[in-house]
Amino acid sequence: MEKKRERKFLQGNDAVALGALYAGCKFYAGYPITPSTEVAERLAAWLPKNGGRFIQMEDEISAMAAVIGASLAGKKSLTATSGPGMSLKLENLGYGYMAEVPCVVLNVMRGGPSTGTPTGPGQADIMQARWGTHGDHPCIALTPSTVYEQFSQTVRAFNLAEKYRMPVIILSDEIIGHMREAIEVPLEGELEVIEREKPACAIDEYKPYDNSVLVPKMASFGQGYRYHVTGLNHDEYGFPTNSAKLIGLQEERLIKKVEENYDDIVQVEHFMCEDAEHIIFAFGSSARASKDAVLNLRKKGVKAGLLKPLTIWPFPDREISEYASKVKDITVVELSVGQSVREVSRAAGGRCNIKHIYKVDSKPISPVDIEKAVEG
Amino acid sequence: MAYNYEKYIRKGRLPHIWCPGCGYGIIMKSMIRAIDAMGWSKDETVIASGIGCASRLPGYLDFNTLHTTHGRSLAFATGIKLANPELKIVALGGDGDMSAIGGNHFIHACRRNIDMTVIVFNNNIYGMTGGQYSPTTPLGAKATTAPYGMLEPDFDICKLAVAAGATFVGRSTSYHALPMEKLFKEAFSHKGLSVVEIIAGCPTGFGRKNNQKTPTSMLLWQKDHAVTKQMAEKMSAEELEGKFITGVLYHDTSKKEYVENYDAVTGFSEK
Ligand SMILES: Cc1ncc(C[n+]2csc(CCOP(=O)(O)OP(=O)(O)O)c2C)c(N)n1
Ligand code: SF4
Ligand SMILES: [Mg+2]
Repeated sequence: MEKKRERKFLQGNDAVALGALYAGCKFYAGYPITPSTEVAERLAAWLPKNGGRFIQMEDEISAMAAVIGASLAGKKSLTATSGPGMSLKLENLGYGYMAEVPCVVLNVMRGGPSTGTPTGPGQADIMQARWGTHGDHPCIALTPSTVYEQFSQTVRAFNLAEKYRMPVIILSDEIIGHMREAIEVPLEGELEVIEREKPACAIDEYKPYDNSVLVPKMASFGQGYRYHVTGLNHDEYGFPTNSAKLIGLQEERLIKKVEENYDDIVQVEHFMCEDAEHIIFAFGSSARASKDAVLNLRKKGVKAGLLKPLTIWPFPDREISEYASKVKDITVVELSVGQSVREVSRAAGGRCNIKHIYKVDSKPISPVDIEKAVEG
Repeated sequence: MAYNYEKYIRKGRLPHIWCPGCGYGIIMKSMIRAIDAMGWSKDETVIASGIGCASRLPGYLDFNTLHTTHGRSLAFATGIKLANPELKIVALGGDGDMSAIGGNHFIHACRRNIDMTVIVFNNNIYGMTGGQYSPTTPLGAKATTAPYGMLEPDFDICKLAVAAGATFVGRSTSYHALPMEKLFKEAFSHKGLSVVEIIAGCPTGFGRKNNQKTPTSMLLWQKDHAVTKQMAEKMSAEELEGKFITGVLYHDTSKKEYVENYDAVTGFSEK
């Protein structure tokens, strides 16, 4: 008998927890914070029944550390947080990039700096995700905008983390995290699930940080390849080094492994963009209102389309650049005074008009306001 | 016969970064002998550390080794243990690493009682950054950031560990290489979270400024000020003034180990 997909009415945060299990997540460490806490609550209940363990740590610094530790021991790992918690995670997030440890970090964005508005949405952690931890480092960040995408992008986040051996950030927001929608849960095998590539070479030939490939294979602690992991610049065996040559090679490889895989990592949705003269650029909750705006504008005869990034980092430069040379204008819609509009302007390179509509008063932007911005 | 450490030292990693006369080499050797006596295989053993002179130790040893961020080794180790409880874990760091920046992780690790051993290398100073005061710098002692003498009262690491819920707590010094090895073995054998504090001399960062100009004088200071628990029981409060107690200070086998209990209570099953 053919198996049928189960239909579930789910909260956005629950969908992340379910997506994590689908992807094979076996460890969660976190510290409660609105509007992300439901992810922890679900996984506290679900993980032990699915071969995994959960722990509530003493803060977000230690939660990020524990997640990296579990991944070094071979388990797919997740942590979830929001604004203030994300700020605390940055120290060890940088460690994750440097030591090349796969894991997934969910930031359910809320409004404002500092404690801000815990129960209101925000989209102003875009630059923090990209540049928050110190030093040059790579970044992959995904932006789901529906409850189904909370599920599917979580699976993709785990896949990218394993494939590129690095932390992957999911930037959701309070609206997407807390809204409820019905989804059809994909059956086993329907979505691709990527497993970590582990070494099989002779023990003394293993180079955990081999610079001759973009992504060296990663052994688990206990597997028999005893190696050293450090946040210091290191040689190909993981040992601290002061060699300018090795430091340079290692740092550049970290950046290149993402840059050179743009096509695999960057995903965008084009909604009614084919003949569009006006493009709206929006992600997360703002993309939902923008979709309505496009439909309303079309009814009025305005040729509008939505470019919705599912990957915000690396920034979808190529897609924006393509539209910039075709359309009259691009309207950027965001819950930030201007983090993503700067990036869009940069990518458009002056080839089309850039308009901007934003809100930072803890309320979402309405389709009507977006329509006015496009028409204005 | 001299003990052969070579089996556990990574080829090509020596010389170490430690100053001549630093107490840390003695601790490393006692650790190696204790691990060897435990019969732990190199593949199943993890040594984690934070940042500092002490925390450079794991890089020299042929185990699964993890040099983390400043103060965070216990949090990383917690994740490792929950992901794979079969692994034997030793997490180590300096007094600053474990009791200042990592103090919160330290007390919560003690409270949870996860099966691992924490070794605090206490030289009463921030060695790596050049001799600034730490939470264990004695009142009045000089440090580069305490030019007028230390103004803050110091932590007693062992008391802190007991109060926070650690189930095995002991202390030794770098002078007492053999008792230290024995203490390590007892800590490694304990099921639950064990804390061992080792008093160690930092001639460069602490000794020079505090009338202990040579490494030998620092070792002799340890010898003269250490009092075993048995001896202490027979001594008066005046006699104990200025001394510190060594040996097993606390041992409790009644508290449940965290991961075992987690699995039992949640019905965890490997899938
Ligand atoms: C977040 C952070 N803050 C500060 C430092 C700088 N730092 C490196 S080691 C150290 C102190 C180490 O002292 P201790 O833990 O006692 O170890 P020791 O060097 O004495 O063995 C400090 C402050 C750092 N590496 N990271
Ligand atoms: S500074 Fe002090 S702790 Fe660091 S290596 Fe030198 S003597 Fe040892
Ligand atoms: Mg110190």
